[in-house]
This record gives sequence, C-alpha cells and structure tokens, in this order.
Amino acid sequence: MGILQVQNVNKSFGGLKALNNVNLDIEEGSLHAIIGPNGAGKSTLLNCFVGRLRPDTGTVKFNGRSLLGLSPHEINQAGVARVFQTPEIFSDLTLLENVMIPALAVRDGAFRINTWRRVDKQPDVRDRAEAMLADVGLADKRNDHSGNLSRGDKRRLELAMCLVQRPKLVLLDEPTAGMSRADTNNTIDLLARMSEQHGVTKIIIEHDMHVVFSLADRITVFAQGHPIVEGTPEQIKGDPKVKEAYLGGAHV
Amino acid sequence: MTKIVRETAHGDAIRFSLFAVLILAMPVWLVPFGAAYPDLMQKFAIYGLFAIGFNILFGLTGYLSFGHAAFLGVGSYTAVWSFKLLGMNPLPAIALAILLAGAFAWVIGYVSLRRTGIYFAILTLAFAQMSYNLAYSVLTPITNGETGLRVLNSDPRVLDHMMGAGEVDGPLVTNLFGMEMSGLPGFYFCAVWLLIGMFISFRIFRSPFGLMLMAIKSNQNRMNYTGISTRPYALTAFVISGMYAGLAGALLCVTDPLAGAERMQWTASGEVVLMTILGGAGTLLGPMLGAGIIKYSENIFSAFNEQTLHNIFGFLPDGIEGAVVSVAGLFVGEGWHLTLGLLFMLIVIFLPGGLIEGGHRIQAAVARRGKGGGSGHQAQPQAAE
Repeated sequence: MGILQVQNVNKSFGGLKALNNVNLDIEEGSLHAIIGPNGAGKSTLLNCFVGRLRPDTGTVKFNGRSLLGLSPHEINQAGVARVFQTPEIFSDLTLLENVMIPALAVRDGAFRINTWRRVDKQPDVRDRAEAMLADVGLADKRNDHSGNLSRGDKRRLELAMCLVQRPKLVLLDEPTAGMSRADTNNTIDLLARMSEQHGVTKIIIEHDMHVVFSLADRITVFAQGHPIVEGTPEQIKGDPKVKEAYLGGAHV
Repeated sequence: MTKIVRETAHGDAIRFSLFAVLILAMPVWLVPFGAAYPDLMQKFAIYGLFAIGFNILFGLTGYLSFGHAAFLGVGSYTAVWSFKLLGMNPLPAIALAILLAGAFAWVIGYVSLRRTGIYFAILTLAFAQMSYNLAYSVLTPITNGETGLRVLNSDPRVLDHMMGAGEVDGPLVTNLFGMEMSGLPGFYFCAVWLLIGMFISFRIFRSPFGLMLMAIKSNQNRMNYTGISTRPYALTAFVISGMYAGLAGALLCVTDPLAGAERMQWTASGEVVLMTILGGAGTLLGPMLGAGIIKYSENIFSAFNEQTLHNIFGFLPDGIEGAVVSVAGLFVGEGWHLTLGLLFMLIVIFLPGGLIEGGHRIQAAVARRGKGGGSGHQAQPQAAE
C-alpha cells in the first residue's frame, strides 16, 4: 500500500475532461515523476492533491486518510508540502525568517497568537531553520533579503522551507522550469541529496527529461488526462506508447 | 523594511525608552514649536495611538482599511455613555470602549476579510459609511444625531453618586479619582495610554505572531501551503487595530466628553491612512511620527487667516502681495487639506517608505561620508526605526 493512493479520479472543466479515470499508487520513500505533453492534466492532478481543486469523482488518500474537501493549510498540516513552478517565497523577509515561518507552523499549528516570546528568542525553531539553511547551502545569506536571490537560490530556499517541516510527501511542480543548465544541475544534486538524507516521498512533475531520468525511481506518463504507462526509467525510455504521446500524439 | 530577526531587535529597549522620554517630555521640547499646550499634545497622543493600531493591520498584515473611523466613533459613543451611566471616571469608559470597538471590529472584519485588496478596502469603507449614516438617522436615540452625545447633570452616573460626587456645579469634567482630566494631567493620562499602546506594538512586531502577519502581507498563497490558516490571523490583526481605534475614540471623549457622528466620516478614516503612510507603514515609530506631523500642521495651517498671510508677505510690493496672499490663502485655514494633499503627494512620489525611510537614507549618507572622511565617525542611531 502506497503513501498516496489515487482512485478513479475524474475532473472536467466545462466540456474539457482534464483528468480521465486516474489511478495512481505512490510508494513511500520513492521519487515518482509524472511526465507528459502540455495539457495532459499533470498540474490539475497536483492541484487535486493539495486542496486547490476538488475532483468530480474518485478518492485521494494520503496515509489512508482522504484529502478531499480539506483546505490547503490542513493538507500541509497533515504532512504534504508543495514546491511551485515559480518559487513562492516571502520576498519581503530574510532567508532565516522565510524558513522559520514553516517551522513555526509545524510547532504552533495553523493558528496561534504567540506574542509573549520574541521571534529571535525561540531557539528550537531558530536552530532548526539555521540547520536547514546550512543544509541547502544558504547559511551565509541567512540575514539577506530573499527577494534579491537568484532564481536557483530562491528554489533552494523554497525547498528548505518545505523540508524544514519534515513532511512525509513533497510535491514539486516543474522545479527546474526556466532555470539555466547550471541551476538545473544544482537543483538535481540538491534533490538527490535530500532524498538520501531525508527519505521523503516526492512526486515531481517535469518537462525536462534530463531531470526526470537522473532522479526518478518510477515514472508515470500522462496523455490526455490519463496515465498511459508506468514503470522504471529504463522501461519508459524504450516504450513506443511514450514516443507516440510525445511526438505523434495527434490520435483520437 | 521589516527585519525582525535581525540585530535591530536588540536595540528595542533603548528605542522604547527614548520614545517614552520624548513623549513624556513633550511639554518641554515642544515649547519652541509653539505646540506645548495640553490640547494639542493630547491630540498627538490620541491620533498616535489610532495610527499605531492601524499600522498593525495595514503596515504589518497589508490589509488597507478605509473604515477605521467607525471604531473611533464606537469608542467615543461608548465612552460618553459610560460617563452618563456610570460616572466621570475615564477607566471604565476606556475599558468598555476597547471591548465594544473590538466586538464591532470582529463583526466587520469577519465579513470584510472574505475579500482582499481593493474589495476589502471598499467593504470596510461601506461599513463605515453605513455606521456614519446610521448614527445620524435610526440610531439617534443612542447617538443624539446631529447635536452629538453629551453628559448632562441629570444623567444617572451611578458610580459618582455612590462615591458622593454626584452633585456638581458647572460643566462636568472627567476625573480619575478626583484628578480632573484637563490640562497637563489630561495629557499625561493620554501619554500613559500611548506608551502602553506602543509597548504592545513593539511586542507584536517582534513576536512570532507579528512575523506571521508580515508573511501574510508578503505572500498569502505561500502561507496557505505552509499550513497556516491566514484568515484568523488577519481577523485578529483587524480586531486589535479596532481596539486601538476604540481606545483613541474614548480618549478623545476623556478630554472633551462629547461624541458626534462626524468623527466616523470617511475623511477621518482617510486621515489615519495618510498618517501611517506619511510616517512609514510597517515601521514601529512611523505612524506616531505621521500622526504628530499631520496634527501639528493642521494646527498651524488651519489657524492662518488672511491677516497672518499679509503679515508674512508684507515685504512684497502691494500688487504682488495681493496675488501671493490670495493664492496662498487657498492652502491655509479651511483649505489646509490642500496643503496636506500636496505633502502627501510629495511623500508618496519621492519617499514611498515614508519619513522613516527618509531618515534611514540620511543616516546612510552620513555614515558613508563619515567613513569617507576617515574620521571613523558613526552616525548616531536614530530614535526612529
């Protein structure tokens, strides 16, 4: 039994069937990539996991608990963190503050009026955030304004913000989109290292085949709202249906 | 800029003490400015409180409310009713005003915070204008309509009568256990509340709660996906700022026990926005500075009349003098809001971070020059954050 189970999920927008009877089972501790051409329904599926969209039919279960009808913050509190296509960080705040906020969210829950002790007098949270920043190689920038970071560093910071929560599942939506080759390689290294150290389950949506084949344990290929093949990177590389979906995919 | 984990936090004790000394010594150092009389200094303290509270919502959380005068009005009416029913002691009046304004803010905030940005601003404006119109119409039994609500000798004033202070000759003045709240004691009473309000603002700014509010302002989407329920945080900020406004409204009545609906008009809501932006939204001391400057200029410019202008421009030849005086006359007296508007435009265009940012720029320039000169001279840390 996997950590995330998706059964018979359908989602339509007007006449467009974005997700067509999707079944998925994500194994705990794995890095599972979802690939497919534009409009295949990958992002729609991800939005169903995090509470932004609600499927028309079907179930999404995380550790046996249904995620349907929960709001994004409840799903996060259950142990699911998300990395966005464009890094979503608190760009008015320092790096350290950026990482302390998710750490506080884990310690204090979704809402708590905590005004008695100052932010810098919370050693448990602060130490954890500083260690996490060191882990992604941003320790010496911790008092800088995060808005001034490069795209690659923003991505590192966002990953640190997710991992500091010690989530059970991280969802990554095209984590290397719009990045230079160097930044992409850095991010791959970081993700690989994080997999070893933290052992978190990851679902990654990606266009960049270089990223997918260097990282993924398993790959699911989507086309027209439906998973057409699933297997290891080796199996996917040789599969004729994948080539068809990507290159000659104009069938009915 | 917000930087609360950084070293700036360590200077807080000094910064707050300096602020306290400056406030308490106002009757001394305001003398050369011609502003050292209690009525005006009270206004500084009261509108300072109003702006400090507003800043917790607008500066920290990023929600621009155009309806905070409603809470000022609720505070004033509550205070006067407390004077009428309970007695002229300001403490129960203030406690009740804070509670009632907080409750009122909770209701308005609960509805308005379903939207953000401009829609939120419009909702708060609509609520405030509704309150204003209600105060003039249906609620006349409570607000006494256009005449305004005042304390009468025939009012019950239960506590006063119990203490045997029921019968008073002449006008009723608020008193704190016998000490009349007018003149300097009245100012110091407001100043103490200002210091309490400022202290709470410091605590909120440096606390995890304050950090959450800043994060909501910075990126609400990320907050949702970070496991934070943003609406209760924003609502708490809204209620806190409403309570500050209620306190300010009550203090206005402590010095002059009269409440009128014009206190709830949208211009009053706009004024607190101006104060906060002028001083520096999101900074600790900016709103107080903005409130002081606006109330001071109001006092100066609205007192000008044609005669004073003739005196100032008397050195000019007659024809030119007439022209200059008639143009300048538009900007003073009743028209002093024109001056305020100009000042506000200049600030928003050239110093979007408010006067505090200006202070920082000067400080940085002085520090650079000091280093360049090789004298090792460091710029004095400014009182302003």
